[in-house]
Amino acid sequence: MSEKSKIRVLIAKPGLDGHDRGAKIIVLGLRDAGMETIYTGLRQTPEKIAQVAIQEDVDVIGLSCLSGAHKYLFPKVVELLKAKGKEDAMVIAGGIIPQNDISFLQEQGIARVFGPGTSIKEIADYIKQHIKKQ
Amino acid sequence: MHEMSSSMVTRLINEMLEGNILSLARLVTLIESEDEATPRIMKSINAHLGKAYRIGITGPIGAGKSTLVERLTSLLRGQEKTVGIICVDPTSPFTGGAVLGDRIRMQKHDLDDGVYIRSMATRGSLGGLPKTIHGVIKLLDAFGKEMVLIETIGVGQTEVDIMQSSDLVIVVLVPEAGDSIQAMKAGLMEIGDIFVVNKADRPGAEDTLNNIKAILKLNAERSNYDIPVVATEAVNNKGIKELYGQIAMKRQLLINNGQFAERRRKQRQSEFIETVINRITSDVINRLTTDAILSRYKEDVENGKLDPFTAANEVYKSIALNGKP
Repeated sequence: MSEKSKIRVLIAKPGLDGHDRGAKIIVLGLRDAGMETIYTGLRQTPEKIAQVAIQEDVDVIGLSCLSGAHKYLFPKVVELLKAKGKEDAMVIAGGIIPQNDISFLQEQGIARVFGPGTSIKEIADYIKQHIKKQ
Repeated sequence: MHEMSSSMVTRLINEMLEGNILSLARLVTLIESEDEATPRIMKSINAHLGKAYRIGITGPIGAGKSTLVERLTSLLRGQEKTVGIICVDPTSPFTGGAVLGDRIRMQKHDLDDGVYIRSMATRGSLGGLPKTIHGVIKLLDAFGKEMVLIETIGVGQTEVDIMQSSDLVIVVLVPEAGDSIQAMKAGLMEIGDIFVVNKADRPGAEDTLNNIKAILKLNAERSNYDIPVVATEAVNNKGIKELYGQIAMKRQLLINNGQFAERRRKQRQSEFIETVINRITSDVINRLTTDAILSRYKEDVENGKLDPFTAANEVYKSIALNGKP
């Protein structure tokens, strides 16, 4: 990665889930890992998330959901990104995601799911190793 | 996304000029990363510049700038004007990262295609604005945005930077500023074309308004100009129409008295000189490392064998005599 470019990350809360302490910790943690992070705020629609991701030309989109609606919402975000031509961003996820749902999500385009207790370092390292930027 | 070929850049530029938001966003990233395609991009869009009216909005943290920008944008959209917004936040000098937290207050506009919002970090720029912001503003201009709002915190050398990139500057303060306005950085008080006291429902608003007006009168050069001071409560949507009215009047006034054109002339001049200097500087620094003779001077200074003035003189003679920059 050239000195002058930075990894830009969007942390998004799709759906009606009202808890974002975890998401905010990720936002701050990834800043401390040298990234530029944008937080959408609570109660976002997949359409809004996709639009923000496009305008900000982010490299990573982190979706957080604790309410169980991830199987609908997360693939919807991926689908919208694809429809609008933004396919270069890595989509990762976190929150309360049952183990059984992970392979489904990965099939739908979520690169990796980071469950509760994951360290910031693990997430930051994963991002740095796997994004398409050179 | 990087490793972009020349034809890909051309495609992006054409698509952007046709209104493609994805392409615009990608070009912004290239400019922001000081990609080597920057000069080519700037040249390609030059003919499409000049229509956007650029407003800089600055002030201390917590003044409510983002909310104010959101309200103003709603008003502008009500008048069917297209809007570009750039929100600037500081990069941490320790980690190099940044939390870009302004657009969360403007999310009402996320799904409006007439509004493009981009968050930028200062990325180590000494001033309050990232040095690449001029290029990004130009992209929004070329894209067709009629109004470009640039939101930034008023610290460091922001004043100078904002003057370089705006047609009109709004300084946003809060009632708590009160007496401390006297002590406020001279720069901030000198660059505002319009002052706003936001959160004006809080105690002290009246005093703050009067303090600002008093200070503005003290500045002999500017006391001749009418510098409006407006009270707003952005969160309650109060005072926004009044502020917009002042913006429209000031805009016309600056056009009528020639200041609008004069500022743009000075900005272009400044930008030209800065670009030339940057070009020369990076070339010279490169040569001090790679050129056998010149790097000897550098080493001698580093080892204390030669004073920097003598060395610099020799380097200058060598470069100047050799002609090409």
